[in-house]
Parts: sequence; structure tokens; C-alpha cells
Amino acid sequence: MLRRFRRRRRKRLLGGGGGGGGGGAGPGHGLSPPAARPRRAAAPPGAQPRVRAGRRARRPLQRDKSLKLWNPHKGTLLRTYHGHGYEVLDAAGSFDNSQLCSCSADKTVALWDVATGQVVRKFRGHAGKVSCVQFNEEATVIVSGSIDSTVRCWDCRSRRPDPVQVLDEAKDGVSSVKVSDHELLSGSVDGRVRRYDLRAGQLYSDYVGSPITSVCFSKDGQCVLAASLDSTLRLLDKDTGELLGEYTGHRSTTYKLDCVLSEQDTHVGSASEDGKVYFWDLVEGSLALSLAVGRGAVQSLAFHPALPCLLAAAEGRLQLWREETFEEGGDAPA
Amino acid sequence: MAAESSDSEEEDLVSYGSALPALQEGERIKKPVPLQEQTVKDGKGRYQRFHGAFTGGFSAGYFNTVGTKEGWTPSSFISSRQKRADKTILGPEDFMDEEDLSEFGIAPKDITTTDDFASKAKDRIKEKARQIAGVVAAIPGTTAFDDLIGPSKITIGVELLRKMGWKEGQGIGPRIKRKPLRQKPDPQVKVYGCALPPGLSEGSEDEEDEYQPENVTFAPKDVMPVDLTPKEDVHGLGYKGLDPTQALFGISGREHLNLFTGGSEKTSDLLGDLRHSKGRKLGITGQAFGVGALEEEDDDIYATETLSKYDTILKDEEPGDGLYGWTAPKQYKSKKRFETEVKYIGKILDGFSLASKSSAPSKTYPPPDLPRDYRPVHYFRPVIAAGNENYHLRKALEQSTGKLENDTTQQSRHTLNASQRRDRLGETVLKGPAPSVLEYLSEKDRERLKEVKQASEQQMKVKMLPQQSQNRFQPTSANDAPHKWQMFLGGQLANAGSSDFKPFARNPEKQKRYESFVQSLKQGQKDMLEHYLDPSMTEWERGREQEEFFRAAMFYKSSNSTLSSRFTRAKYEDDVDKVEVPRDQENDIDDKESAVKMKMFGKLTRDKFEWHPEKLLCKRFNVPDPYPDSSIVGLPKVKRDKYSVFNFLTLPEATTSVTQATNERIQQNNNLNKPKKPSRWDVSDKEKEKKDSISEFISLARSKVDIQQQPPVPMTEECGTETNETLPSETANEDKDQEESRPSMDLFKAIFVSSSDEKSSSSEDESDEEHQPTVSVINSETNKQVDLPDSSSSNVQENVTATTEPGLPLLPASKEELDVAEEFGPRLPPAFSSGPIQQQGPLVPASFPGPSRKEKHKKNREKHRTKRDHKHKKEKKKKQKKHKNKGKHKNKKSEKESSSDTEDSSDSLSDMDTTGLSPKELLRRLKELQH
Repeated sequence: MLRRFRRRRRKRLLGGGGGGGGGGAGPGHGLSPPAARPRRAAAPPGAQPRVRAGRRARRPLQRDKSLKLWNPHKGTLLRTYHGHGYEVLDAAGSFDNSQLCSCSADKTVALWDVATGQVVRKFRGHAGKVSCVQFNEEATVIVSGSIDSTVRCWDCRSRRPDPVQVLDEAKDGVSSVKVSDHELLSGSVDGRVRRYDLRAGQLYSDYVGSPITSVCFSKDGQCVLAASLDSTLRLLDKDTGELLGEYTGHRSTTYKLDCVLSEQDTHVGSASEDGKVYFWDLVEGSLALSLAVGRGAVQSLAFHPALPCLLAAAEGRLQLWREETFEEGGDAPA
Repeated sequence: MAAESSDSEEEDLVSYGSALPALQEGERIKKPVPLQEQTVKDGKGRYQRFHGAFTGGFSAGYFNTVGTKEGWTPSSFISSRQKRADKTILGPEDFMDEEDLSEFGIAPKDITTTDDFASKAKDRIKEKARQIAGVVAAIPGTTAFDDLIGPSKITIGVELLRKMGWKEGQGIGPRIKRKPLRQKPDPQVKVYGCALPPGLSEGSEDEEDEYQPENVTFAPKDVMPVDLTPKEDVHGLGYKGLDPTQALFGISGREHLNLFTGGSEKTSDLLGDLRHSKGRKLGITGQAFGVGALEEEDDDIYATETLSKYDTILKDEEPGDGLYGWTAPKQYKSKKRFETEVKYIGKILDGFSLASKSSAPSKTYPPPDLPRDYRPVHYFRPVIAAGNENYHLRKALEQSTGKLENDTTQQSRHTLNASQRRDRLGETVLKGPAPSVLEYLSEKDRERLKEVKQASEQQMKVKMLPQQSQNRFQPTSANDAPHKWQMFLGGQLANAGSSDFKPFARNPEKQKRYESFVQSLKQGQKDMLEHYLDPSMTEWERGREQEEFFRAAMFYKSSNSTLSSRFTRAKYEDDVDKVEVPRDQENDIDDKESAVKMKMFGKLTRDKFEWHPEKLLCKRFNVPDPYPDSSIVGLPKVKRDKYSVFNFLTLPEATTSVTQATNERIQQNNNLNKPKKPSRWDVSDKEKEKKDSISEFISLARSKVDIQQQPPVPMTEECGTETNETLPSETANEDKDQEESRPSMDLFKAIFVSSSDEKSSSSEDESDEEHQPTVSVINSETNKQVDLPDSSSSNVQENVTATTEPGLPLLPASKEELDVAEEFGPRLPPAFSSGPIQQQGPLVPASFPGPSRKEKHKKNREKHRTKRDHKHKKEKKKKQKKHKNKGKHKNKKSEKESSSDTEDSSDSLSDMDTTGLSPKELLRRLKELQH
């Protein structure tokens, strides 16, 4: 199987290569690894240390309670992590790729050791399914959001069993959580994007109206992207809460779909329920690209933090999209 | 501590040691000190010292010096006329540590008993025993402590006996004419190798003819009294520890069966030894090497095995045993035991003696013969429950088995509950307060309620009936609620109204109504439910009471009441009537909704709160604590009455949130003290009804109050300096006038439009238009509305529209409901994969366009992209600049977006449906773009 897809890729490279170097989120249909169960994928060791794109592969099969670590460029399954009692809903990797955290419908958040595949710690305390999880920059804190409408910050350093802080401001389930160096961003089903600024000691709550499915920071840290169930992505100014852009065209009315920003904040991407991944130009708001990924809803989406690589999970498979000219470990042509 | 701690259960328990201190919440368990770090210090804190140097100390002197910190220093020379250097004679004590001089040291200075004060005569028996034990014991010299303990070594009896002429080793009694008998081989003869068995020497004794003068009397043989000590140890019968004599002296004669010297062997040995031990050295005889002190000696292979070692005749070894004298057993003299001895071969246990006549052999019965068709399989009889229909069956079973499995009454005894048992036993009902829900309200609240009730009653009577038809919720509450409740109550009703259950005992009328209500409910008369209610009550009160009864019937089962009768009300209330409520609440979303529709994100949609992160969190994020002095975590909270009804109902609250601009005023007005966390889907018909009735109630109450207090304030919205305190002054009357007094469009514009932008104003108009019908139809009010009860109901309305699932009633928090509730929020996308798909992992999905065509597009797109990327970067920089001068960048941006951009976007749009465009055309367009 592996050989097959490699051959295919080579063919494609031959056929499509030679064209000028494409910048941005190059829509090279790279590979769809032979993933029986799309779990997660990690970038090759030579890549950037914080390969978040490779760090997310949520949504296992209903019965699957494991995490799988993939090398998406080679399509090899590196390791499988067992230990959750129910399906795994989200996962994230630490900055040094040494640890993983994952959350599951069994109400727990688990901290894994990448190398050994063992659960280092399990954090219990959420009253419901834990839907999203993030490390902070130094992987000292795990931030998890749950449908029990709380965001909990767990300390990885001490052995304290209870969370450092519980952010229970949300009036409804927390669907998405992001962490920057001094901020926590949470999107909730109550239609609000809350940003907890640790440095300023302020909570900014932006009302969007429709249940939020996914939030993310822009790379420059100035904007917040929020996807909501009214099939709209909104780019909000972080400081003022003003609307900078709106992106529509995809379909997102039922499911918790992801939104991403490209590696240089040039494009805004979102999964859709029609099996495509849509990309908009960030500034213009115009639809730039739609990638047909599968037939059903695109379950998960992640963008490489530094390279133009896109990971998408649909139909129980994980797909890596990148430019043809992509060289492993190298940087993309400008 | 644990043992004393009150609990009656624990009083019976014995606890040893001191209990571990209870772990504090969040306290870390102390790490055990590793072995290498566990050090021992003596009483003065010196390191690793146990003994003085002279007593075999671990270290000599002060840190292996002598005595002092400076080490051993010679005494300095002193010589003067007045004071001659006196000659000091240093004794050994001068070089000793204090441990050596202490109680257990080599030269103890403590008070001990010395032999001077003990009796002069030595207890030689004990001494002997001690000597042996001292040699044998694991720690040599331990028995030396015995000297310290016992002040006198010889009892007074022995002292007296001795004065009467008794000597140790002799028996007590009149002297007899008898030749002294030797029990042991001559101790003067050194034994090499195995000692001869005592029997042998006895045997040879006969041959010795000794001179025995007639007139010589001998002291009777010393006799060891029969050991009558009760057995206290846990060893087996007849167990005794290793005999030191066997190990030490190689006396292997014990294998020779000695029937009569049972357990007193050891002592008699000691006695025997004692007598002759003058010249004999204690020590180990036999092999010198290879055998440990306590090991059994190897057989002496060089010993000659003579026949004389064996008994040739069975005979009484009378002289050899210790049982002789005035305490000797009777049968000793009459030699009847002879035949019993013969029967029993083996050691007779200490304290036992052989029975004189043997017991009759116990009869043994052979096992019964199994019937031929017996199968060794057990099958269980069916258990028949007591009941009429089973009667015949049971009868049959009874006949077959001969008896019934269980007595009927016996069985049902366990199924009775407490009240039934009480009835049977004829006990009286326990008297206790049967609390009603309303009793939990504080006095103040009750008064308020009463006042409000009275005030509202008149108005109600006038208004309620005409309003009722208009009210959208009333019909549902009137019709749906009983049905639903009936469904809920179901079988539980059977005992709901039973016997002594009086939830409204304080109010007998109400209780009566309640009972009749339960009766009618039991009989299934849904329509009759209304009739039991007090006709003088208002509609609202009725509805409320009905609901209350439903709830009571639901929750207050008889078991609850019996339980509650066993408890009394607390005399002093805990301070639990305050509840912490976040100081700042997120503002009402009504106006936010409208702002979102107008895309007026920014100030209108933003709430800003003071938020206190945990200190540890700041530490982990490497961020300085923004509030280093505060102990608050999270949002600042204020205490409010917990049990105040007015707290739970939606009431206006003087808000403390940020007030800066006039256009935020509306937000404040609508700021509610909401019940905590209303979820979208926990709204049910039930709650709807409740909320509505409550809000009506409140509005009425407030209208009453406000009419008295304040004249209605017209157009409060326009006075910009309005403070929050005036908020409650908006009356319900004004509510009706709201439609007329609604401010003009200019105000909206003044509020919503920050810049004189045409587009936004037009959009505002649009959205206002599209907003208005929905809101006004439903709520008969606009987003501008200030009145709170209505906004709360609009809140409800919003919730209702938001719910997608049929609401479930709140009350029975059953597991099912919880499960349902977990399914909220945007669902996770379903997994499409199935078995076959997994296998065909690398295959391209069917919806994919063919690779060849796709590639071309991709290529084009990429080219296209690169160019755009450059542009974006520039734009991005611009954008970031724009961020700094806030507010207008949006408009500017749209202006700045040049025509090329639009072209671009159209291009990218065309990109999307690439099927319609040929790649060539795309290329062409791209080239155009480049130029």
C-alpha cells in the first residue's frame, strides 16, 4: 500500500512538477496515507519543533479509543497510544514533541509520553466530554475545554490532581480552546469567544451569536478567527473585538468543524460539511480554493505552523496536502 | 487520638500507636527519607554514636577524637608558688565517654543493686541456668540484666529451708535409708565423643557394689514438682525449644526412649549437672570443627555399637526418673502402669499422663450404599413466590419436599417498610415537623411575598382574565402541565398521599387541598384537578399551587416524610443563605444579537471583565501576576442572599459593569441577574411556563411598588446621565406604553452608528427592519426595551427558538436526561469510514477530480498564488498599521481594495469552479494580472 501511494505521488510530481514555485498554501495533493484510522500525525524530526499541523488528528472511529502518531510525509504509523476509555476527541503536542495531551469522551485529559507511549498523567475533573485540549507554550499547562462549560487548566509540573484554575464563565459547552503565550482563547456554544488575558488580568468576551465551533489565533497574534454554526468564519480584531473579515461559502451547521489560518496568515481555511476544505484570502475575503477531501464532513483540519502543509481528516482517513515542490525538512520556496 | 475520638463504634476498638495526621487538602505527601540519609544521633545530638569508646562504641569520643572538640589535650603545666600543680592521677574514667559512665556503660555511675545488698547465698540453680543460657543465648550476657532486676536472689522459703538443714540438690522430707542413686555418669570422667546414655550407666549401676552402711540415712531425692503451669504459648503440645544440653554437651541419650522423664528433662539435667559440676568445665565437647554450636552432632562413626546400648528388658527405670518422693504420682508405687506403658510407644506430653484404661473404640459406620440410579448432580428447585396464583404449585411443592421453603410472613417481613412495621407493632407515629418548601424562605422574603401577593391580587382580578387569552403561555401551562405531571408521577402516586405525609402541615387548608388533589390525581381525574383549588385565589396563585402540589406529590414520598420526622430543624442556621454570584455578568444578548446582525462587532458585542488568574497559572505562563495583591481567582464575586426568591427570579440589578459611552447604556439596562448558566437546551415547556408566570408576577409586583414610589419617568432613554439606580423605575405600565414611546430612528442611529458611514447606516436600517418584526411579534417589544421581565421572557423566547431538541422537563434529573443533555453543542462530524474504506486507504476519494486535470489547475493556482502572496504581504503590513488607528480601518480597507483585488477575487472565484474554465484561459488571466 505504501509503495502504491508513493508511486502515485512520484507520478504526480513528474506530471505536475516543473511549474513555478508556488507560495502559500500550495494545493498539492500529496498523499493520503493508508490510515485505517486517522488519528494523528507528527512531522518528521527534521521539521519545525512545533508542528501543530502534524499534531492534530482528532476524531477516531467511534469505537477506537486510541491515538495514532503518524509521519504524514512518509505515511508511516509511528505509534499507537492506548489508554482512553472512550473515543479521543482532541489531541495536541508539546513544543518539544516529547509529550502529547489528549482528551476524550471519558471526561479525562491524558498526558502521554511520546516515546514510551505510556500515560504520564490523567487529569480527572471535567463533568462531561472533554472536547478540546491544548498545551501552553512550554508544555507546563494543559488547557482543556469540555461540554460541562468549563475550561480547566491543568498543571503538568506538580502532582496536583485538581486543576490550577477553572474558567467557568462559559454558559455552554466549550468547543474550542487555544493558547498563546499569555492568553487563553475559548469558543463556546453559547456564542461567545472569550479571551482570558493573563498579563492584563482581563476577560474579553465577544459575542458572535451562533455557537462557536472553532477558534484560533492568527500567527501575528492580532486577530482571532472564529468559526460558528451559521456557516461563517469571522476574523475579529483581538484588541477591540471589531470584525475584520467574514468568510462564507462553506457549510457548517451541525458539526464541530475546524478552522485554520495558513502558515503566514495569508489564508483562512475551514472544513466543511460537504466534504471540502475551503480557503479564503484573508484580506479580501474571497474564496481562494476548495479542496475536495471526501464525501462527508471534513472531521479535522490542521495547518502546519511554518510550512504550507495541510492535514485533513475525512472519511476515516488522514490526508496531507502540500505543494509539489515541497521538500521534506526544507522550507517552501518563497 | 483516633481511639478517643467520640464515635461509638470506635470506642470498642483498640488502637496502637499514634495516628497519622490527616492529610490536608492539596497537601503533598511527604517523601520518605531515604535509607542513606536516615542518621542516628545520641541524646546530645552527636552523629552516629551509640556507645562510649570503652563500651564498644561506634565512634570513640568526640568525632573519633578524645572527649572534646579540640581532641585530647594534655593538661597544661601549672606551677606557681601558691598553687602547685597537684598530682592528678588519671583513672580510666578520665578517658571514658559519658556513655561509658552511664547506666549501660562499662563503669556505670547509676544506682544498681549490688550483691552486697542481695542475700549472700547464691541461688546456684539459677546461676547454673543462667550460665547455660548465657552461653546459648543469641546475645551473650543478656541474662546479666537479671541481676539488676531481682534484688534478692533467694526466696525466703529457701532461706528457711536452708536454716532447717536443707541443702540444695536434696529433696524435702524425712531422710531415708537408701543408697544414693546416680542419675548421670560420673562427671569426673571426661566424656569424649558421645556421652553414654543415662540408661546405660544405670544399667551398669547394678553391678557396682558399694559399701552401704546400715545406719546411714540419705536425704530424699529432690523432686521436681509436677508441672501444672497452664499452656499459654502458641507452640504445639509438647514443644520445647532446643535443648542446650543436647547441643552443648553432646548428650545424645535422648533418643533413647525415656517414658517417664517427659518435659522436665531439661531441668533435671540441669539439676543433675549441678550436683557434679564442681570440677567440670562447661564447654563444647565432641567435634571441634565443622559443627556449629547448635547443630546436631554427627554420629560418632568410631563409637562401638554395643548391644548394651539397647534395652534388653522392659523395665521401670525407677531410679532414673525424677518422679520420686512425696509428690510422686501414686501409680508409681503400685506398679499398675506397666501394661499401659507397653501399649503406648512415644513421648508422653508434658502435663499429660496415659489413661489407665483405654477408651472403647469408636464405632465406625460404613457410608450408605448409593442407589443404582443416583447421579451426582444437584439441581435447584424453582423458587415459588408467595401469591394466589402460585398456591397450587406451592402446595405441590410443599408436599414433595415436606416443607415450604420460606414462611410467607417471614419472607414479607423484610419487604415491609418502616411505617408498615410500625403499624404492625402498634407504635405511635413519630411527631416531627413536616417542612413545607415555603418554610425555608426567610422571614423577610415571606413578608415581601405576602405584600406582593396582596398588592397583586386586586390587579390580578381585574387584569388576569382578559389578559389570559392574550397570554401565549397560559394555555400551554393550563393544559400541558397536568398531563405531563401525571405522566411523570405515574406509579409513584400510589404512595404519594399515603398516611402521614403532610408536606403542607403548617397550612391545614392547603394540606387539605393537597390531599384532595392527590386523591383526584390518583383516580386519574385530570379535569378535576382544577376544582379542589381555592376559588378565591387568583389564577396565578392557583397555577402556582398546582405546580407546587405536583412537585410535592413527586418528591415528598412517604419515606421522605418519615425520614424528615426523625430530624429536627437546626437551631442555628449556617451561613449558607448567601451565595456567591459573579459581580459582573455578561450582558444581555438581545442587543448583542442585533449588533451581530448589523455586523457591528466591537464595543457592542464585547464585554470586558476584570479577571484574576491563578498565581500558579501566571507562573506557568511566565507572566507576572496582574493582581499580585488580590486573593480573588476568576471573576470577582459578591455575596447575595441565596434563598431570596428575588434572587432567582429575574430581577433588575444595579450593574457595575463598564460604563463609558452612551451607546452602552442599553446593554446596562438589560443587564440581568440571570440564573446561573442557562443552557440552550434545558429550557422546557415546564420552565417556560414557570418563567412566564414568575415574570408576570414580578412585573405586577413591581408595578405596584413603583406606582407608589415614583412617578413614571418618561423617556428615560434619552437622558444620557441616567444612572443605574433609576433602572427599576421602569414600570410595567410603561411597558404597555413602550410601543408609543419608542424613541425615534435618530436615536438608534446615534447609538449604533459611530461613524457617518452610509453603508453601515443602511445596513443598520436593514437589520433593524429585519430585526424588528421578529422581536416585536414575539415579544411585543424591541431590542431597545428596558423592561426587565419582558426581556427575560424574550430571553426565554430566544432560548426556545434556539433549541433544536424537544425540551425535557427539568425536574427529574434522571440519567437518561443527562445523557441527552450531553449531546449538545455542535456535534462532532460523523466518521464515515467503514471496513472496506480502511482497506483502501490510499485510494483517491470518488469525488476527487481526476488527477491529470486537477494538476493543471493546481499549477495555475499556484502561480496565481505566488503573486497574490506577495501582494498579501504588503497588504498585511498595511493592515497591521491600520490596526493601530482603530475604528476606521474597515472602511478604509474596503476602499483601498483596488479593482485589481476585485478582479482577483473574481479570479479566485472562478478558480473555485474550475470545471467551467479551461486551464489555458486561466493562464491567460494570470498573465493579464501580471502585467
